[in-house]
Amino acid sequence: MSVLLSVIYLIATVTFVVGLNKLGHPETAKKGNLIAAAGMGLAIIGTIFIHDLQVPIIIYILIGAAILIGSIIGWLIAVKVEMTKMPELVSLFNGFGGASATLIGVVEFSKNVDSTMQATTIVSGIVIGAITFSGSLIAWGKLNGSLKSVIKIPQYNIVNNLVFISIIALAAYMVAIGGYNPLFLYGLLAGGLVYGILFVLPIGGADMPVVISLLNSLTGIAAAITGILYDNMVMLVGGILVGSAGIILTIAMCKAMNRTLSSVIFGSFTATNDISGAN
Amino acid sequence: MNQLIEFIRDNIQITYILILSIFVGIEVIKSIPAVLHTPLMSGANALSGVVIVGAILVMLHSDPNDYLALTLGFLAVVLGILNVVGGFAVTHRMLQMFKKKK
Repeated sequence: MSVLLSVIYLIATVTFVVGLNKLGHPETAKKGNLIAAAGMGLAIIGTIFIHDLQVPIIIYILIGAAILIGSIIGWLIAVKVEMTKMPELVSLFNGFGGASATLIGVVEFSKNVDSTMQATTIVSGIVIGAITFSGSLIAWGKLNGSLKSVIKIPQYNIVNNLVFISIIALAAYMVAIGGYNPLFLYGLLAGGLVYGILFVLPIGGADMPVVISLLNSLTGIAAAITGILYDNMVMLVGGILVGSAGIILTIAMCKAMNRTLSSVIFGSFTATNDISGAN
Repeated sequence: MNQLIEFIRDNIQITYILILSIFVGIEVIKSIPAVLHTPLMSGANALSGVVIVGAILVMLHSDPNDYLALTLGFLAVVLGILNVVGGFAVTHRMLQMFKKKK
């Protein structure tokens, strides 16, 4: 990696830290957001143009088109949406980030798995990305009212744990045997998606902001894992920052609601009365 | 467990950065007013879009004839940039609303 790109990544990383810090104070929050956005833009432009690869022009065109399409759609949605619908939009965007991480993992899994470490990062990136994607979509659906606030699944506890254990087992098996097996890959993908749905479905609509914050933190971890895969510092540090800050924020949000994190996540099927009262 | 030890031995710098970043993330967020919870969540969400860097790398490393990788990479870039641009734009709007209220 060239020195210039490393410096650009370093600057971007610093803007992330400074931006997050400023976002935590009312008078500097707006500035913090802009600083972080500028750093992100710098990192993206640097990644596209600074490298020693021989890249055919068509790839550049495709990257440019993808960025243009995504930017326009993202901008339009963000500007057009009503103020009250913003939390659900955050959830939707977060889901897109998770999906992106999953897709990266899927491509990399089919291309090159040389070492156990690489396989581990790819497989965990796919699973975490898939969980955040489907989980965020469910949270989005709940907040915009297209999904019922509380959905009961019979034997929720057992089903959920079973799915979780199966994912871990399959992931471990894939890492252990190595190589490319599409069937396992799609199985893992499906497992992650199902778990994300099961995770968010029983949680009440009022607790969604907390869940979104938690899922956002998971997306950060997925980004960090992808950063390890590519030995890419801006992804690693940026992702970890979001991951740890996201967890702290999640806990702070629970405290503000006078609840604990575990009561939000696991309380949905024990505290039935107050939830049905809210409906 | 062996892999973990192996990873730490081979990537001692990354391990340092990883652990220290966790603390930076915690410190940066400490003691924020409740009104800023949602904008901060939104801002952090935009930052998690940094995964787009990986999506661009996938595209750059793809063979132009590998249509599957190109398609998935293309989708990953679109979704990643949606996360970034939408995330920062929504945060900006939230904070604007916040200022007006004051």
